[in-house]
Amino acid sequence: METAPASALSAQPLADADDDGEGTLTKLHPNYAHALRVRTTLMAVPFLIGALVLELVVRDEGVIAQGIIAGPVLLIAILLILRIPARRYGARGYQMSADRLRVVRGILFRSDTVVPFGRVQHIDVDQGPLERFFGIATLTLHTAGNHNASVALPGLGEDLAREMRETIRAHIRRETL
Amino acid sequence: MSEPQRTAPVSVVLGALASVQSAVIGALAIGFSGIGGSGRIWIALGTLVAATVIGAGVAYVKWRRLTYTIGEADIRVESGILSRAARSIPYERIQDVSLEAKPLPRLFGLVAVKFETGAGGGEDLALEYLTTKQGEALRRLVRERRDDTSETAPGLAAPAAARPEDEDGEVLYALTPRRLLTFGLFEFSLAVFAVLGGLLQYVDNISSVDIWDVDLWRRWLAEQGETVATIGPMAQALGALAGLVGLVLIGVVTGVARTFLRDWGFTLTRSPRGFRRQRGLLTRTDVVMPAHRVQGLVIGTGILRHRFGWHSLSFVSLAQDSENESHVVAPFARMDEIARIAGAAGFCLPDAATRWQRASKRHRTDLAVRDAAAFVLLAIPAAIFAPLGLFLIPLGAAVIAVGVNLYAWEFRRHAIDAAHVYASHGYLSPRQEVATRLKLHSVEIAQGPLARWRGYATVHLGLAGGTFAMHGVPLPEARALRRAVIETIAATDYSRLDAPLTDERDQALSAAQPGLSANRLAT
Repeated sequence: METAPASALSAQPLADADDDGEGTLTKLHPNYAHALRVRTTLMAVPFLIGALVLELVVRDEGVIAQGIIAGPVLLIAILLILRIPARRYGARGYQMSADRLRVVRGILFRSDTVVPFGRVQHIDVDQGPLERFFGIATLTLHTAGNHNASVALPGLGEDLAREMRETIRAHIRRETL
Repeated sequence: MSEPQRTAPVSVVLGALASVQSAVIGALAIGFSGIGGSGRIWIALGTLVAATVIGAGVAYVKWRRLTYTIGEADIRVESGILSRAARSIPYERIQDVSLEAKPLPRLFGLVAVKFETGAGGGEDLALEYLTTKQGEALRRLVRERRDDTSETAPGLAAPAAARPEDEDGEVLYALTPRRLLTFGLFEFSLAVFAVLGGLLQYVDNISSVDIWDVDLWRRWLAEQGETVATIGPMAQALGALAGLVGLVLIGVVTGVARTFLRDWGFTLTRSPRGFRRQRGLLTRTDVVMPAHRVQGLVIGTGILRHRFGWHSLSFVSLAQDSENESHVVAPFARMDEIARIAGAAGFCLPDAATRWQRASKRHRTDLAVRDAAAFVLLAIPAAIFAPLGLFLIPLGAAVIAVGVNLYAWEFRRHAIDAAHVYASHGYLSPRQEVATRLKLHSVEIAQGPLARWRGYATVHLGLAGGTFAMHGVPLPEARALRRAVIETIAATDYSRLDAPLTDERDQALSAAQPGLSANRLAT
């Protein structure tokens, strides 16, 4: 039962420094990077509008050259949209084994969490509109601990997320019976 | 199936009294204000009577409409005058049942029965009020049903009161008045001034004396100041000293009084089913905690009492005291007493055999540098703008910060053994945390940018009802620690965790190890 999800993964082991004797991490669905990019773009839009409005107001005064406000904002936004999603995608990964799930995330602040299936209280599979468009889903494991009360793993392929949920559920049922 | 029952009828009187209490202030305000001229006394009295009648009526209807049913699998409460609410709590989900007797209900021999399930902090269900006897019978019943639900469903009709009284177990810990006094002396508190401030504000509201009038105070100060100026420097110094002594005295008295009110008659008993704690002078509370629900221990102390060898012990569990604090089971005890209570809960305290691991030295260095750097940065503008020599103060503070960090490192340590994890930190008042490996829920290794560069990490362990973290653990060690803990956790499913500890208290712990290999075979 445990081998089922492993075969369904587009198993691309991370080749970088994350291989630390703890086993190799599995990358998330490539569409997750696209979804992150769209989200970053959406977040940048209000700032761009704000900069443009400011630009218009200041232009009437005629003190400074055109584009001196909106230009840099646009540049920063483009840089963020190009760089950050790719890096975040690269920093994330997970590792599913017989009785536990390991979730790794964070560019600057790394977090590396292991949740044993035996401690999972309930499991969510969520899809926002953006995630549905890209065919990905977020798998969330809830535990009874105060810290890490819920561990979310976004950016899984839709089917894979459901498959993982079934695997974890089957494990819980087997343990309980 | 038992019939729906009502709470004690005297609750109606208490409900009415509560509404009178809130009406008195309003009536007083009317009485002393200018409303209604000479007839205002009658208006005030009328208000009071109306409030009493309405309050009693509402209390009566509320009492009529509130019923509780002790079912086979759950306890159900139906309440509400216009909109009805029915709540059901399954016995297995009840973390603890506490009886609370506030001063007024105590006069009538009544208690409030509170059931906690650990959902969202506060109590989830309270029955106000039952007679003390009823309350205790109900608690015993709930406990027995909870333990029985899985095994023996029939035979529930037998009244619980017929069972032998099992609550009078062995007394583990009790506070004598003498020790309570010592405890109170360490609980120095100036909270009384906050209360006085509040009272002044109140006086300001209902009287014509405007206490925020600066001129009034200035006049008063000037008068007093003249008197003070005439009595000479010696007397002035004496006066200041007397003021200081008075302040300390007030603080000590407040502390003692608060401690007596809260912890009078503190008794912790161990019965076969769990721990029972009774405390309180005016408001008496009586909490029973099942032993197997205890997730971890916290041993705390204070800066001063630590020097005299006094510590406190709390149980971490899903159920909590008010203000979301863990259950205090020994507020003021010697280490050997704490060890005995911990042993009764199935925990062993770290001893000489515990292999303590210190935090990474790099972590120590980084903390020292970080704290010192803040002061050094402060010293730069001071050197430029402030009078000569003043910049030495932040520089001195930087040196102290380094020293404090080096010293604090000695106290930041963690350990792991076959059944438990330990963590300890704090240099002025060290705090120790103990958790059962088996009862952890997740393990996270967290690293900030600096920690990644320097190769250490913070290990967060998921603990139900509390937090548990080890700071500055070298990365390879953190990984080894996680591997060890996860092996223990994964071996036993959550549903088997809460199996009550049977005769041997350590059985659940030793069971983890064979379970491990069995689990491997299964997968």
